[in-house]
Parts: sequence; structure tokens; C-alpha cells
Amino acid sequence: MERIDTHATHLYERYRIRAGQPYPFGATLVPGGINFSVFSRHASYCVLVLYERGARQPMVEIPFRGLFQRAGGGEPVWGEFRIGNVFTMTVLDLDPERIEYGFRMDGPYPRPERGQPGIHRFDPGAVLLDPYAQAIGGRDRWGSMPDWDFPYPHRGRVVADDFDWEGDRPLEIPLEDLVIYEMHVRGFTRHPSSGVAPAPAGTFSGVREKLPYLKQLGVNAIELMPVFEFDEFENSRFDAGAGRWAKMNYWGYSTIGFFAPKAGFAATGAAGDGTMVADELKNLVKECHASGIEVLLDVVFNHTAEGNENGPTLSYRGIDNATYYMLTPEGYYFNFSGTGNTLNCNNPIVRNLVLDSLRYWAAHYHIDGFRFDLASVLGRDPWGAPLANPPLLEALAFDPVLGKCKLIAEAWDAGGLYQVGSFPAYGRWAEWNGKCRDTLRRFLKGDPGQAGAMAQVVGGSPDLYAGRGPTASINFATCHDGFCLHDLVSYDGKHNEGNGEENRDGADDNHSWNCGAEGPTDDQGILDLRRRQMKNAVALLLVSQGVPMILMGDEVAQTKHGNNNSYCLDDELNWLDWSLVGRHAEHLRFVRQMVAFRRAHPALRNRAHFQYRDYRGSGYPDISWHGTQAWQPDWDGRVLAFLLCGEHAKNGGARDDMIYVALNMYWDALPFELPGLPAGKSWHVSTNTGMPSPRDIHPPGEEPRLADQGTCLVGGRSVVVLVGR
Amino acid sequence: MAFEAALETVGDEARITLRGELDASSAPQFKELVEKAATGGPQRLVLFVKELGFMASAGLRVLIFARQKMGSGVVIYVVGAQGPVRSTLEMSGFHRSVVLQDEYTPT
Repeated sequence: MERIDTHATHLYERYRIRAGQPYPFGATLVPGGINFSVFSRHASYCVLVLYERGARQPMVEIPFRGLFQRAGGGEPVWGEFRIGNVFTMTVLDLDPERIEYGFRMDGPYPRPERGQPGIHRFDPGAVLLDPYAQAIGGRDRWGSMPDWDFPYPHRGRVVADDFDWEGDRPLEIPLEDLVIYEMHVRGFTRHPSSGVAPAPAGTFSGVREKLPYLKQLGVNAIELMPVFEFDEFENSRFDAGAGRWAKMNYWGYSTIGFFAPKAGFAATGAAGDGTMVADELKNLVKECHASGIEVLLDVVFNHTAEGNENGPTLSYRGIDNATYYMLTPEGYYFNFSGTGNTLNCNNPIVRNLVLDSLRYWAAHYHIDGFRFDLASVLGRDPWGAPLANPPLLEALAFDPVLGKCKLIAEAWDAGGLYQVGSFPAYGRWAEWNGKCRDTLRRFLKGDPGQAGAMAQVVGGSPDLYAGRGPTASINFATCHDGFCLHDLVSYDGKHNEGNGEENRDGADDNHSWNCGAEGPTDDQGILDLRRRQMKNAVALLLVSQGVPMILMGDEVAQTKHGNNNSYCLDDELNWLDWSLVGRHAEHLRFVRQMVAFRRAHPALRNRAHFQYRDYRGSGYPDISWHGTQAWQPDWDGRVLAFLLCGEHAKNGGARDDMIYVALNMYWDALPFELPGLPAGKSWHVSTNTGMPSPRDIHPPGEEPRLADQGTCLVGGRSVVVLVGR
Repeated sequence: MAFEAALETVGDEARITLRGELDASSAPQFKELVEKAATGGPQRLVLFVKELGFMASAGLRVLIFARQKMGSGVVIYVVGAQGPVRSTLEMSGFHRSVVLQDEYTPT
């Protein structure tokens, strides 16, 4: 039987309309038309603005309140399409592929000038992007210069949600088994050396083409730096001297829309079709899953691209400034994000926006998990005070749709709230372990007295995450923010001149060491040491409990020439140089084998912390600590060794070899007395970073037997890993 | 170029030839032919797209519709996809659900 809600009740000009459904928010395809629904608590007036795709001027502006013709003819009638604080209307017969839409809003409040504070910032002259827009036009090709005077620059589009998933589901890999690869969609294949054709180079399709590389690397999760629509031209300027744009927003930590994939990251973006962009990303996710790789998104909910009171009115501030942003009593923007404004995450409306967004990505894109940029902002109340029991973080942890998603917090913000180890976790949240990074770096460069701290890292940071387990700890030596691995061992200080801020930007506490010369050198001794230190870092990361994360490019020892804050550089400095796959094949082999070692050994992937005792009756505790003398750790030195008992692997749920790891960050070689093995077992050498390739690491199952079963000489600044079987 | 679509049935095979630009305005015409083809219960649906210059997502959606309408027992061939049409199929992942061929050779 035909539905009666496909018939218009009212006419506006030639458009057939009827009262809409308030839920879901946004633009939704319904039988016969499109349902539009937008919230504003403080707006008294709202207009739906419809455009032909790409057109400068609207094709129609339909008010949500006013005089309308009746569909059946007769006198015009007064109509209002609003339920509570939601303006909603269904427009029939629209072609979803050919239209773009926005809203105008007004409210009974004074209108502050640009630069002036204000609680409300209604501007009926602006066309506003729908906060729930599922696709956004206006930056359809990355780097294609925009028309700065375009009246409605970021334009809502409609998405048909009928992608053919063919039975795909999120993989739900246990967190303790994950090896994460942090990457930038554009940077991964944009470099001419990628071998990807120009159109898909630097896009979701480009990543898809290179999945075999990731599979060979052995990672089973990719964490995509922001893929929500952002404006790469935000804060950019043309560098006439270089003849190109400078200070692009390359990283993309500045969200315009929380439901829309970045069109410029899609090869199909140029077609100007929101559904195609969505499908391209969905297809990437589907194929990742087919390759056994999860997809995590780096999501930025702490602020938006609208900046402070000097920023543009794109969406939220023109819809309901007082709801969406944290404001001082005078109407200035609180700046806990360091970027001008702060999203008002514990306002119930905004909280629902965040939840709806994440549910949408989990349900409609099959996303496996999320990493929350400056997540501590999400735990502040509307006036900025940290909450003991933040409703948003709790709601995320208990959300039914997100029930199996990984939730990872960057557990600090730019307002001084540092919550590593104390982020409100509700048994769900993991954290980027910034303390792990710092400890690993200090230990690596041979700072004295770090062995005890390093032991905490090795154990999955029980000092920070007692009761939460090692899976609360996302371990990393490097991430997009800060030095890459090559530069960590090649520079004492940052070299960010290329960012155009006279080297003032970027962190100064890098815990890096250049191994004897700052930057490029032809001193073979220094180069050899750097190579070894990079391997040491990879080994430290991958033999530690918790969830290791590798930064794109570190597997091939790519340099950023000492730049530790490369957010604004859309060039070779940030793009993965695929020629390094050949030139740094030795390092790449080491990383691959180290990942393979971790994946082959369940003893490295425990869900619960060590108990430092033998609860399996094996004669060995789950972990035991050693030094140059067996059973005699020196917590204040530069040396640490440990033995994992294979009978306690996966907290007793799996069986593994015995694994002995000697970390010698002292500059000279030291003999390590080996703990005895059970009768019939002997030590085999998996890894020795002090040896030249290919003897630096042996594939699982092919480890040669150690000649001297009693003592192992470990070179200066070297890591040795033995398996007892 | 104006859109043209023609259906012929050869044995247990339905053949549809598409020319011009398949966008939102022409997709319903294509969809009608797919529905018509489905009523004959063919074993194979062969789409000749060599002279198709462009396919918008509306066109792609008819292909997906065809996949669903025909059921998994019916093999869909897309023959002669070039340039933008081919890349649209690949980027959306639809090329995995059909047999892409340059010249039609039933398998």
C-alpha cells in the first residue's frame, strides 16, 4: 500500500513540501523526497536554502515558518515546520545527487561584529552548514584553489546509504593483539614514488592499492589521521617566492563537519558526488577488513574550524553559538584546544552530536575504533572545569552501538589538563601513553637511572594502569606529533624553520639524541649507531606489554629533517617516500620481523598485568627481572633484562616459548648471565640489534641456537631477544 | 551525449548496451531495463558499456540494484568499461561483485 506521507501538504513556489520528522537530524532520504532536520535552541527563525550543485546562488529558500500554498489549492495558509527546538521539513521530488543545502538562522539577540565577543552570533546573511551533513562540497579536490568570495563555501550534500558491504563486519580484534600503524591518508601515496596513478594518489583509493604493503608489514590496524571534512586552506598563505601555497592545514585537526569524510581525500571527490566519496571510504574499510586490518579514526571533537571571535561563521556559531561552544560570561571563546575555540562537549546537545557522529561512523562505515584528539577537553564542564564523572566519556563507554569499538584517548589538552593514567576510563578507554613515549626515549638514549621506569613500560605501565590492564596503554616511541624515529636519533633539537614561525612552534622536550652530530652526517660510526638505535626503539616498543603503535614512515626510517611539528607542510617532508622501501630495506626487514615476532608470541600480548609470581606451577614467575647477573636487576642503571615464562602467556590461556630480553643502553658491551631454562630447552637468538643485517633478526622458527647457553655478550646500545624452547 | 540503453535477450542471457552519460536523470531508464531483464530469469546479465562516457553514483546504484535484483546465482558481466567508468567501478569496490571484461567472453 502506498504511504500517504509521500504526498505534499504545502507548496512553496514550485516545491512540494510537508512537515518533516525531527529524527534523525540532518538530511535523510525518505520515500519521495528528502527530510531536513536541524536543531537550534536560540534561533527564532530558520530557512532551508537549496542549491543546484556548485551554484553560487540558491535555487530556492524555503522558510520553516510563513505563508504557504495548500497542496490542494485554495487560500494560502500560515504554516510552521518545527517541533520543539527542531526545524524539520520534507521536500519532495528533489534529486539528492544534484542539490546542496544549508540553513539561514536568526534570533532575537544583538549581533556582535567580527572580533567582538558575543553569546549569540546569529547572522541571517550567512548560509550555514548542517552540523549533521553527511557529505560536504566545496573542497572537492585537495589543494584546488577555492574562490575566497564564494558565498557558501562548505556545502551540505546528501548521501545515499546503500553501500554493498557483502557481509563485512568490524573485525573486533582483541586490543592486546593489535599493532597500530598511524598514517595520513594523503601522505601515504601522494609521493611520486608511490607508483599509484595520479588520480588516486593521495586518496582513500590509493591506500586501498597499497594494502598488500601494510599486510606484509604485519600491522593489523591503521589509524587514519583526521578524515572528517576540514579545509586544507585554513590559515594558508601563498608563498610567492616558492610559487606555491604555504602553511596548508595538512594534518587536518580542524573539523568542519563531524559526519562527512574529507572529499579531497577521495579520488571520486572531483565528481562532486557525496555518495561516491562515502562509498570510496567504505570500500577502503571493507578491503582493509578483508586483509585483516582494522580501521581506527583519529577524531577531533575538541574544537571546530570556526576559530575564535575573529573566525568565520560556517555552521555551529551561526546555528547556536551558546550551545556548541564553551564561552566566557562576556562571550569570548574558551581555548582549551589551543586553536581558538572549544566544543561544549558536556552540553547535552553537543554530547548527542558526538555520540551520533561516532555511532554513524561505526554503523555506516564499519569503523573499528576511534582515537580522540585532546580527549581531556571531553571531560570538562561547560565552564572548563574538569568533571569527576564526565557524562560524555561515560556515555561513549557504555554506548550500545560503540560497544565493541576501541576508544583511545589522547589524555591531555592544551589547557593544562594531563590525565595519562587517570583518564576516566569506565573499563573501556585506552590512552596514548605519553609517559611510555618519554621513558622509552630517555632509556633509549642512555639517560642514567631509567631502568626501573623502563620496566614499567615493559610490563604495560602497571604504575599508571593498575586495574585497567596493559590494553589501557597505547605504547609508542613516535607519533605524528613530534620527532619521527629517524629524527629522534638524528637531532638534539627541533628544526621547524620550514613552518614559518622561526622555530618557535613544536615541542622542546623531545628526549632525543643525535648520536654525535646534528642532522645529516657522513660519519659512518654515527650512521651505524643511528641505525642500531632505531632498531632498539622498535624492539623496545614491540617487546613491551600494551598496544604498540608505529608511525607511518618509521618502518623505512624516513626523515623530516628535524621538523617535529609538520602540520602545515603538504610536500615530500610529510609524504611517504616509497623509494626508501628499497634504500632502507634493512630497517624495513627488521621492523617486519619484529612485528612478526610479536604476533608469533602470545606471551607479549597479555590482557592483564603481570603478577610477578608463578601461578601456573611452571617454576618461573610470569615475568622475572634480571640484570647483567641473572635474577639481579639494577633499577638505577642503563641496563634491564627480563624473562617471560611461556606457560603464563595470555595470562595462562596460551603456551609460548620462554622469552628473554636483554636491553643494554650502556655504551659498552656487557656480558649478561642468562637465567637457567627448564631441562631440555635451550636458548635461541631471535634478535640482536648489535649484529649486522640479516643476523640482526631471525624469522620466528628459524632462530639459531646460542653457542654459550650460560652468558650472552650484548653489545653497547643493543637489544638481544632470546627464545627458550 | 544523450543516454541510450537497449536490452536484448539471447538464450539465457540478458544483454544491455549503454551509451552516453549515465547520471541521475538517465538512471531510471536503465533501472527499468534491468527490471525487465530480471523478469526473463536470465543466467547472465551482460552490460556493454564501451560507449558509456560517464557514470554518476545514480548509475552505480542501478548496478547494485541489478546485483540484488538478479540474486547471487546470476553472473553480471561489465564489458568494455573505460576511463572514468572503470575507475568509478574500482573506487567504489563494485568491480569485485561483477566480472569486468574488455571483450565479452562468457566463462
